[in-house]
Amino acid sequence: MNKRLHYVIDGDDFTSAGQASGDVKKVLKTLGVPSEIVRKASIAMYEGEINMVIHADGGVIDVDIMPDRIVMALKDSGPGIPNVEEAMQAGFSTAPDTIRNLGFGAGMGLPNMKKYTDSMEIDTKVGVGTTITMTVKIV
Amino acid sequence: MKVSEIAEILNAEIVAGKELADMEINSACGSDMMSDVLAYFKDQGILLTGLVNPQVVRTAEMMDIKCIAFVRGKRPDGTLTDLAEERGIVVMLTDETMFTACGLLYSNGLTEAGRHE
Repeated sequence: MNKRLHYVIDGDDFTSAGQASGDVKKVLKTLGVPSEIVRKASIAMYEGEINMVIHADGGVIDVDIMPDRIVMALKDSGPGIPNVEEAMQAGFSTAPDTIRNLGFGAGMGLPNMKKYTDSMEIDTKVGVGTTITMTVKIV
Repeated sequence: MKVSEIAEILNAEIVAGKELADMEINSACGSDMMSDVLAYFKDQGILLTGLVNPQVVRTAEMMDIKCIAFVRGKRPDGTLTDLAEERGIVVMLTDETMFTACGLLYSNGLTEAGRHE
């Protein structure tokens, strides 16, 4: 059941943020992936998608669905993460109050992405952008 | 506890997913912070919130939460309710505060949604 999905995330539209993750969730369900795996993958991608909109003015997401795993690569050309270790701490956030008023920016995004996936790699450079690659095992 | 019973206890109006009134709900969580909902709750019950924007429905969708109750008389717009209808998620509105709404459901036997470690 190899399948590749590609999404362009609009950085200006907070209302439609999450559409891509919702679509991936639907596809995974249709493919018969176990529901707990679907849930983990879609929560992790949703957090990443929201982060892209909040911090990086959007980006692109590629999802590879393979028989044994789901690989999600989120790439943006945003400001980059100056200190990854700090950003990984639960509660650390640089989101403005406008974002907190929308229910996000509690500093749980990256820790959540790590928690809900089997592996997560962050490749980031200040002023250039960030690529986060997450893998969720199916079997 | 059925969705219809929850609506009765909260004196709430169901504005999306009316056909799901017989669905069973076994747990609840209350938060205005979607980041925390995504971080801490693992069951698929009802979400009580005073935050009104479409990301509440998206959060529910990702978490497999089946029902959302907006507290403190908050009224969502059509975009939000349409999205919930499409996703098969019940939306109800109550004038109760978060504290009272949670208390009413708890005292009627609804328990906390399971927590992630």
